[in-house]
Amino acid sequence: MLYLLPTTTRGMNILMSDSTQPGGPAHAASAVVDVPSPLDAGSIGAAVDSALNDIAAAADLDALKQVRLAHTGDKSPLSLANRSIGALAKEDKAAAGKNLGPARGGINSALAARTAELEAERDARILVEEAVDVTAAPRRRRAGARHPLSTLQERVSDIFVGMGWEIAEGPELESEWFNFDALNFKPDHPARDMQDTFFVEPPEAHLLLRTHTSPVQVRSMLERPLPLYVLCPGKVFRTDELDATHTPVFHQFEGLAIDRNLSMADLRGTLEHFARLMFGDDAQIRLRPNFFPFTEPSAELDIWHPGAKGGPQWIEWGGCGMVHPNVLRAAGIDPEKFSGFAFGMGIERTLMFRNEVGDMRDMIEGDVRFSEHFGMEI
Amino acid sequence: MRIPLSWLREFAQVPAGASAEDVMAELVKVGLEEEAVHRPTDTLSGPIVVGQVLSVVKEPQTNGKTINWCQVRVVPEGQAQTLTNEGIDPSGVQGIVCGAHNFVEGDKVVVTLPGALLPGDFRIAARKTYGHVSAGMIASVRELGIGDDYDGILVLSVLGLDPEVGSDAMEMLGLYDQAAEINVTPDRSYCFSIRGVAREFAHATGTRFTDPAAAVTVPAAVGDGYSVRLEDQAPVYGKPGCDRFVARTVRGVDAARPTPPWMASRLRLAGIRSISLVVDISNYVMLELGQPLHFYDLETLSGDIVVRRATRGETLRTLDDKVRTLDVDDLLITDSSGPIGIAGVMGGAVTEVHSETSNVLIEAAHFDEVSIARSRRRHKLPSEASKRFERGVDWKIADVAAQRAVDLLVELAGGTADDAGTDVGTQPDTVVIDLPAGYATGRIGMDFTDQQITGALTDLGAQVQPYGGGYTVTAPSWRQDLQIKDDLTEEIARLVGYDKIPSRLPVAPPGSGLSRVQVQRRRVLQALADAGLTEVLSYPFVSLGSNNTFGSADASEQPSIKLANPLSAELGYLRRSVLPGLIEVAKRNHSRGFRDLALYEAGQVFLPRETVGSFQIPQLGERPSEEVLDGLDDGLPDQPLTIAAVFTGNDSPAGANHQPRPWDWADALDAVRLMADVVGVDLEIAQGEHQVFHPGRTARISLRTGELLGYAGELHPKLLAAHDLPVRTVALEINADLLFDAAPDVIVAKHLSTFPATTQDVALVVDGGLPADAVLSTLREGAGELLEDVHLFDVYDGAGIDEGHKSLAFALRFRAPDRTLTADEASAARDAAVHLAAERHGAVQR
Repeated sequence: MLYLLPTTTRGMNILMSDSTQPGGPAHAASAVVDVPSPLDAGSIGAAVDSALNDIAAAADLDALKQVRLAHTGDKSPLSLANRSIGALAKEDKAAAGKNLGPARGGINSALAARTAELEAERDARILVEEAVDVTAAPRRRRAGARHPLSTLQERVSDIFVGMGWEIAEGPELESEWFNFDALNFKPDHPARDMQDTFFVEPPEAHLLLRTHTSPVQVRSMLERPLPLYVLCPGKVFRTDELDATHTPVFHQFEGLAIDRNLSMADLRGTLEHFARLMFGDDAQIRLRPNFFPFTEPSAELDIWHPGAKGGPQWIEWGGCGMVHPNVLRAAGIDPEKFSGFAFGMGIERTLMFRNEVGDMRDMIEGDVRFSEHFGMEI
Repeated sequence: MRIPLSWLREFAQVPAGASAEDVMAELVKVGLEEEAVHRPTDTLSGPIVVGQVLSVVKEPQTNGKTINWCQVRVVPEGQAQTLTNEGIDPSGVQGIVCGAHNFVEGDKVVVTLPGALLPGDFRIAARKTYGHVSAGMIASVRELGIGDDYDGILVLSVLGLDPEVGSDAMEMLGLYDQAAEINVTPDRSYCFSIRGVAREFAHATGTRFTDPAAAVTVPAAVGDGYSVRLEDQAPVYGKPGCDRFVARTVRGVDAARPTPPWMASRLRLAGIRSISLVVDISNYVMLELGQPLHFYDLETLSGDIVVRRATRGETLRTLDDKVRTLDVDDLLITDSSGPIGIAGVMGGAVTEVHSETSNVLIEAAHFDEVSIARSRRRHKLPSEASKRFERGVDWKIADVAAQRAVDLLVELAGGTADDAGTDVGTQPDTVVIDLPAGYATGRIGMDFTDQQITGALTDLGAQVQPYGGGYTVTAPSWRQDLQIKDDLTEEIARLVGYDKIPSRLPVAPPGSGLSRVQVQRRRVLQALADAGLTEVLSYPFVSLGSNNTFGSADASEQPSIKLANPLSAELGYLRRSVLPGLIEVAKRNHSRGFRDLALYEAGQVFLPRETVGSFQIPQLGERPSEEVLDGLDDGLPDQPLTIAAVFTGNDSPAGANHQPRPWDWADALDAVRLMADVVGVDLEIAQGEHQVFHPGRTARISLRTGELLGYAGELHPKLLAAHDLPVRTVALEINADLLFDAAPDVIVAKHLSTFPATTQDVALVVDGGLPADAVLSTLREGAGELLEDVHLFDVYDGAGIDEGHKSLAFALRFRAPDRTLTADEASAARDAAVHLAAERHGAVQR
């Protein structure tokens, strides 16, 4: 504390200015003062002793102020004695000065020391008095939150951006061609029924709410130069009633890479890399044969979930495969020159098993507790 | 598809102890998804044995019922009872009270002995009832969980059975069998048969497959059977609706015979209810070979069978007894009386086989997938038959399946087959695919050996010929999904095993990171969260009324997108505004006890233009022209990203020495300003009018170009009352796409003058209705280049100000780039500003 005093003292004085009472003179002007002779070393010594006693006895800065007035003020014995030097004989002046100078100096330094001491005590006391209960601090600003589905979507995007991929987006209400035909869904094929599509009136307008973000892949292939590495996150729609595991509106991220000589080994490598960044270095994936109209070969992607309820198990995470030549052709890409892979996962599903969300409805209903629990992180 | 294991074992090497789970684990490897296990013994256990009723004593009861006190022998006469459960009589004869009356002394029945467990966690024990100790139960099919029949207990002679007393009834009834249920993807239609799944099981395990088709002996040639003509006058995509029709006749069938338990058990495990022997045979053959059959009562047919499209106005009463009006695209089976079936979907009621049917005509046909799919959809008639036909059935299996049905009708139903039969149609071209050497290796990224490629393709039934370093592959008739070399590539990888595919991380070329708009969106959405708002999501489904309210500022009619198949008729439209969904979310939170809310959502809205959609859809597998693509896009509504927020209650929780502040209209406006600041856009704020907002407390927000961005302010009290939200709830909604688009590409740096500033205040009295922002803009314009900053610091309309006027106090800060301003220079600039305000707004300096 002591080394702070020169500055804090000034500060404290400002703090104290309101509470400091203007101090009056310690003794009334009418009091009779014995003025010692400047040549009388004994009585000067007595005055010094009296001053030093009073200084030592001063309990606070106010009392010390009175002591200062009484012993160093204009009317104090030693001041008066000092003033009387002028009247002394020339030869006595030096002796008188020798008597009074050290005496007054001693008192002044004692005053300074005591002042410093009392100020330090006062400063310490003020700091103690100013203590607050920090545990009772008010929350002056609301803590906001992102929706965890948004946060997760951004996190996934960042991983792929870090790999040099770009993020592509597109309309939610789509032309049927982009959602189905361009993706090699043959008209009347049962695969179209698998998608549980929301159509728009009139049906002849061939508009629908996209059932996956694959239309964005088609748009990317039509618009962007090759080679192409894009991730397409976004909202998708299926005619499922909302329950604990289904929702008619949900989110996906789909990846698409078109380059020369891409193979399923590249697909597996990409998915493994992503899974490790998402779930840690121990993450494992598994590919199982499956069918999608837009990929051939096609695979189901499982991820090993050691912490699953009901014991460690493989969890279905998404679908993937090599882009079907008809999909490349729909975008004007020659399948003999280029090949590609694609994959797609549900963001809700990922959030459900990654962050142990038990009920789909928690993500959908907009209860602020759900978003606020996650805050800005995932 | 459910696969009874006993059935699978006939054609595949399933280990004796294998469970349904074990079988599924193998099938998963080759791409069949596991769905469920069906195993009677999970809820049923013995001792359940065959018993013979020795005596029945009828005992009328005071409640009016008559019970039978029965003595039932459960071990063969002369043998000792070896079971020792409590309640089992060592004599081998059990005393059982039975309430059913459909049996007599001497009948053989199923006895559940003490210790047995029946479905529904029903434990059998000896118990006192009606004055006897009843030590077991004579079981009905319902109690055994193998049927719905309420008509008394199961008398085994009715099933045509005469087993030994004491033998295991569970064994006899097939109750130790179990089924694996798998999901079959649309391309693998052949797996809708035991035959197909057995082949896949063999692939998965590398074991032998026995083709059930090979066990059927089909006569080399049949002819002179029932006359059938294929006359499709309107093929779909050029493919005839029916390209094969096999018809066989079996006469003298005893349709009343019981279905043998082994067949009933397999059908039950496969999920098909046993109906009658004849119908069961047709289903059994379909499940085994994948060929749907239809049986006609021969006596109800008249004239030639003709397969043709319907004519306008034709109707058919289908066997579910509904009269259906047929569409001209429906493919029909007809005779001289008219339609007798919708081909491949459902047969007619009149020609159906029934319990008195004696002569059966078997139909085993091959139909075009698309034609069947359309009829099924049109008539909403999904059936086991249509499911198979619309995915594709093996063209070559029709005569085999017909013969298998003939054999079973002869063997089990006592019929006699006609030698004559019908087989008309034309075999489609076989699919021959060139697989260049190295193609599969390139696509999969692993080195396949010649042995692996040839082996895999041969295993799945293809014929493989080496050709120019590659292969010429003829696909098997049951694999319509194999069309191109990529299909073969998948098969090779699948049979070798996807788990053997190596891992290699491809390196993408240098990317350009997130796009500018993506960064802007993230920063704006994050800024709102940082400012204390909570992001939520809502569905885009709204009512038309809500679109007309929220999606239209002045109540004028605005177009909305209507869903053809909404989940709820009420919310049948796509939103023009994010607010209605957000208000619902606010209301939900409010009703859950959260009174202080600041919510926001960012989502697309749907603003249709003149044209909705495109009436033509380009072809599959080719790039449409730019004009066609533009046409598709022209039909899409505008779908701008729209950000909305709702604030209600207080800005923060009350705390020690902290007084929270209620959210008000300025908070809504401030949030819009925050978003604009984040992307560096200047806004114009004006008094606004929008039907969902308070008429006097709403800001119309636009870009400096004048383009409307959105609104912010207090929601209309009437609207709040209608939604049970507190008054003074405030909201905003803006078109974020426009905001992002208005952001500057480059901000040019400003010279920072280090010369001292001079500040001058002015108070101007203006008309009370004049927006302060207008005066501020005028001052800025009038003060000229020396003005560094101007802001409003007070509004006063008290004493000393004329009625209908207000005094606006502005602080103007002047600074020159190159010198210290003199007081006169600053005053001159201020006077110029005041002068322009006086001229433009009639402002008077106080």
